Amino acid sequence: MNLNAKIPDGPLDQKWTKYKNTARLVNPANKRSIDVIVVGTGLAGASAAASLAEMGYKVKALCFQDSPRRAHSIAAQGGINAAKNYMNDGDSTFRLFYDTIKGGDYRAREANVYRLAEVSANIIDQCVAQGVPFARDYGGLLDNRSFGGTQVSRTFYAKGQTGQQLLLGAYSALSRQVGKGNVEMLNRHEMLDVVIIDGKARGIIARNLVTGAIERHSAHAVVLCTGGYGNVFFLSTNAMGSNVTAAWRAHKRGAAFGNPCYTQIHPTCIPVSGDHQSKLTLMSESLRNDGRIWVPKKKEDVEAIRAKRLKPQDIKEEDRDYYLERRYPAFGNLVPRDIASRAAKERCDEGYGVNATGEAVYLDFSSAIVRYGKAQANVKGIHNATDQQIIELGTKVVEEKYGNLFQMYEQIVAENPYKTPMMIYPAVHYTMGGLWVDYELMTNVPGLYACGEANFSDHGANRLGASALMQGLADGYFVLPYTIGNYLADEIRTGKIPTNSPEFDAAEKNVRDQINRIMNNKGTKPVDHFHKRLGKVMWDKCGMGRNEKGLKEAITEIRKIREDFYQDVRVPGTADYMNQELEKALRVADFIELGELMCIDALERKESCGGHFREEYQTEDGEALRDDNQFMYVAAWEWSGDPSSPKLNKEPLIYENIKVQQRSYK
Amino acid sequence: MAKGLFGSSLMKKFWMALTGIFLITFLVVHCLINAMIFFDDGGMTFNKWAHFMGTNLIIRTMEIVLFLGLILHIVDGLMLYFQNRRARPVKYAYEKASASSTWYSRSMALLGTLILLFLILHLYHFWLKTRITGLTVEPSHIFFDGHRYEDLFSEMKFVFKHLWVVIVYVLGCISLFWHLLHGFRSAFQSLGFNYTKYKSTIAFMGDAFSVIIPSIFAAMPVALYTGWIQ
Amino acid sequence: MEKGMNLKLKIWRQKNTNEQGKIVEYPVSNVSPDMSFLEMIDVLNDSLVAKGEEPVAFDHDCREGICGMCSMFINGEAHGPNRGVTTCQLHMRSFKEGETIYIEPWRSEAFPVIKDLMVDRGAFDRIQQAGGFVSVNTSGRTLDANAIPIPKEDADKAFDAATCIGCGACAATCPNGSAMLFVAAKVSQFALLPQGQVERKERVLNMVKQMDEEGFGNCSNIGACEVQCPKNISIEVIARMNREYLMANVKPEN
Ligand SMILES: Cc1cc2nc3c(=O)[nH]c(=O)nc-3n(C[C@H](O)[C@H](O)[C@H](O)COP(=O)(O)OP(=O)(O)OC[C@H]3O[C@@H](n4cnc5c(N)ncnc54)[C@H](O)[C@@H]3O)c2cc1C
Ligand code: SF4
Ligand code: FES
Repeated sequence: MNLNAKIPDGPLDQKWTKYKNTARLVNPANKRSIDVIVVGTGLAGASAAASLAEMGYKVKALCFQDSPRRAHSIAAQGGINAAKNYMNDGDSTFRLFYDTIKGGDYRAREANVYRLAEVSANIIDQCVAQGVPFARDYGGLLDNRSFGGTQVSRTFYAKGQTGQQLLLGAYSALSRQVGKGNVEMLNRHEMLDVVIIDGKARGIIARNLVTGAIERHSAHAVVLCTGGYGNVFFLSTNAMGSNVTAAWRAHKRGAAFGNPCYTQIHPTCIPVSGDHQSKLTLMSESLRNDGRIWVPKKKEDVEAIRAKRLKPQDIKEEDRDYYLERRYPAFGNLVPRDIASRAAKERCDEGYGVNATGEAVYLDFSSAIVRYGKAQANVKGIHNATDQQIIELGTKVVEEKYGNLFQMYEQIVAENPYKTPMMIYPAVHYTMGGLWVDYELMTNVPGLYACGEANFSDHGANRLGASALMQGLADGYFVLPYTIGNYLADEIRTGKIPTNSPEFDAAEKNVRDQINRIMNNKGTKPVDHFHKRLGKVMWDKCGMGRNEKGLKEAITEIRKIREDFYQDVRVPGTADYMNQELEKALRVADFIELGELMCIDALERKESCGGHFREEYQTEDGEALRDDNQFMYVAAWEWSGDPSSPKLNKEPLIYENIKVQQRSYK
Repeated sequence: MAKGLFGSSLMKKFWMALTGIFLITFLVVHCLINAMIFFDDGGMTFNKWAHFMGTNLIIRTMEIVLFLGLILHIVDGLMLYFQNRRARPVKYAYEKASASSTWYSRSMALLGTLILLFLILHLYHFWLKTRITGLTVEPSHIFFDGHRYEDLFSEMKFVFKHLWVVIVYVLGCISLFWHLLHGFRSAFQSLGFNYTKYKSTIAFMGDAFSVIIPSIFAAMPVALYTGWIQ
Repeated sequence: MEKGMNLKLKIWRQKNTNEQGKIVEYPVSNVSPDMSFLEMIDVLNDSLVAKGEEPVAFDHDCREGICGMCSMFINGEAHGPNRGVTTCQLHMRSFKEGETIYIEPWRSEAFPVIKDLMVDRGAFDRIQQAGGFVSVNTSGRTLDANAIPIPKEDADKAFDAATCIGCGACAATCPNGSAMLFVAAKVSQFALLPQGQVERKERVLNMVKQMDEEGFGNCSNIGACEVQCPKNISIEVIARMNREYLMANVKPEN
């Protein structure tokens, strides 16, 4: 397998400029006869589709929701990073680059990450020009906050709805192009296969989710912006529909899957409340700017809290264990996610969990409320303010910053987080792994691109907060539009690609066969039954802590689930109209195969790095222990025809510009 | 052009609001003049003013404008009503509209129709007689300071002898009250005048207006019927 | 474990856009008050699948109140009895033991039913395509983001309008079937920002035109929309749109 990352040579900070200056171009007249399919309309997809259409390509965009505006990016809360240094706190392109590589535990490609940091500032300019209402200070200028794993404030935000505002910005750009007729938007369409002709991606097979029609769409390039696969765990913070199908089908057609086992478990999510749970809700990382995480120091206090004899407010300051501040004084509550999550798990495993299931810690805003309250009292010239006044003023400030998150929490838990500390626990949130891509964001299949969370490229083994939005928009607005031309320059003479070739026939048949297999299966169990089983195996054995024994068991169990699935799944109704159970079944079938690959990858990687924590490989004080000699590579898995025996290819990672170190946030 | 002025949904709203406000101002004038009967001077002041209104050229011209405004208000309202019915061809099996809005704001067309029915009777009672057929009461004129006036006051007393008429008039005023209670502030909203700063002022004015004007109107037939005013 | 609630659901079932639908009754038992409303439907659906019946089709995705996909008319109200929340944020603790719950799709000429509780809200996309954007290309070569300071108050107001999730509850709940809250929220967001000024007039004219063509009803300022809007968008935005529209018509040419 050819894993040439095509990194331009020259100094790190000039690679991208050099690339842009030398990449081939397609002239405007020729662009009109070139078709590009963009699958997905999240930040990556909407921005890519809008940009390509503006440039003159003929674009078709797909999403499985009823409108492009509902892609999962809409749910992102906390913010987006950019090296603007508006706060004058020493930020720079290099620092953002460095933080991202270090945050990713030295498992990401230098050149890609540097480019990301380089274009980050443009994203903010672009979004403001589109009318994205970012938070501002009283001087009318943009406000910033801090996210984990950094010591500067470089995160731009719009309350706790940053993803929504950014996506609506990208959606407006996309809508403009749809209105002009430059993009054909196919809502409620799900891509189910890639068509490869003479080694090049030439189109897709998609199912119209309303009519059930299986459609053929041809193009000169296919761009997958289909998001992450966290839902392989069943419970995650991802939207219900998020899935791996598009990426997985591409993988089965030859695209390498990079680092599938790198999963991000987010430390601050609302804990599971019961068996009925269908998804988990994130409480944004931004809350760690102001919230302090703790559990009681004494076991008897824990007991009393669980038995509801004590309230968290009753625990005295000296009896609280602010374990992140204790263990990581330099970064405190703002350590990266993988570290915060493991620390929470460690405390709960030791028996300090504060809810009935023993799987929850506190995220407490009381000191922030007092701190802000005092500051406000000063600003407003209220001398000798009462405690009550201070709390009221402080509550207002906190509400201003995180109002919608607090409201969301209260809806779910039925407790007022301004008064009682929030209860939180880690949950699956993001997948760093994804389709392997080179510097041009092209997979190893020519003409097949992957952007946003669907690719593996920028976050190594752990993503820093507020960097996914940055990556999605960078890919779609500022990277792909340049790199795709370099490939399409060769396609100007190809002409329209017919959809009646044997390759299209075969791909369509493949899709129909799979649908028929599921529809004709007269099983007894709903799809969710298998999905839940898979999720439990993944969470228990391929989740926050992994070990050889568990992973081997998981692999066997997943094979069994796959077998059972095809024997016992039941999908009522027909395939020739809207059928949501069928949609789920097709997605879960792919998740089952992917789950196995994730376990195989995790088993193979005999080190701990970032979100991948192998219990066998840890330092004395429980930190991840990397093995750079053996594992400083990208694991790019190749489909062999059998989900149980994938082939491993390695792309070595070379660090020329930063010194690889043991990661420390102490 | 006509399409531009009436075609769009928002333009229909503007006309509704403009004619509404115009009719509101008419109500003020009408109410002030009729309230002259409460001087209890045997209708002297009232009859003088009525004479002025019936003979002044500007007022007579405005009367035409008033009718046009009224017709526009009605026609526009009906267009809205039917457009809105078409917008929801299938009704909800269970709808709890009261949870989010007041019944009268939802019933402007109904209230408007009731007011219109009352208005037909009202125009027959007074407008038709003063302007076209002449009054019913005998003698139909009185003399004062050497001038001849129609005795509209006596006509009122005559009309309001019948209990059913009084009831219909009071019901008309009640419809007017509900119609105004929504219509007054609605007109400002339609014209885009809804600022946090003035919100409570407009609401207060609207409520006060809706109570005061219809009450004064309603008091007239009642007062004449009960003989409170002679 | 404590025993949950027993409820009677009356759900609109409709095979497809062309066929007639009807209300079908389903009992559900052992419903935990901590469940979300959609999780309760999930349980019902699993039981239907087990019986070989087709599950109830409904739109949903994020299940945290932001994507705007979920859309149920519950007991006579859009998104159910609570305020400031979407269907997916509604929890069963808002219902009582033994209660009968009506569940219907959005009803609007412009939102045809696709299946059961699922409707087609493409009209909203088309309204957005008619003018809900700032015509700036995505080159990134724009002004520096801090080049134009925006008063915090304007920025906040624009943000409040921009939080609309496009769910359609406003149009579904409006006795007139009007979508004005949705349209006005978008118009207001851009009208409040300096970036939106250049296309201010065309935007409002085009968006209103499209709105009318989609078959929505006409606003008569009833205000039910703002009560039922899960994002608490105020009808002040409609007043703003009315102003914008009036101004755009008063001075059509520059
Ligand atoms: C709750 C939450 C909060 C987050 N907060 C932050 C944050 O504050 N900051 C940050 O930087 N990141 C955050 N993230 C991460 C970030 O939101 C995502 O990584 C990012 O938005 C992914 O964007 P995307 O464009 O790659 O994919 P998505 O937005 O997931 O879009 C995927 C698109 O692909 C389409 N699609 C998928 N499969 C198919 C198919 N087979 N056929 C057709 N269409 C398909 C979907 O319809 C959708 O349009 C958060 C994530 C979550 C879950
Ligand atoms: S205005 Fe409110 S109710 Fe209407 S679509 Fe937007 S969020 Fe939904
Ligand atoms: S499912 Fe996304 S808002 Fe309800």
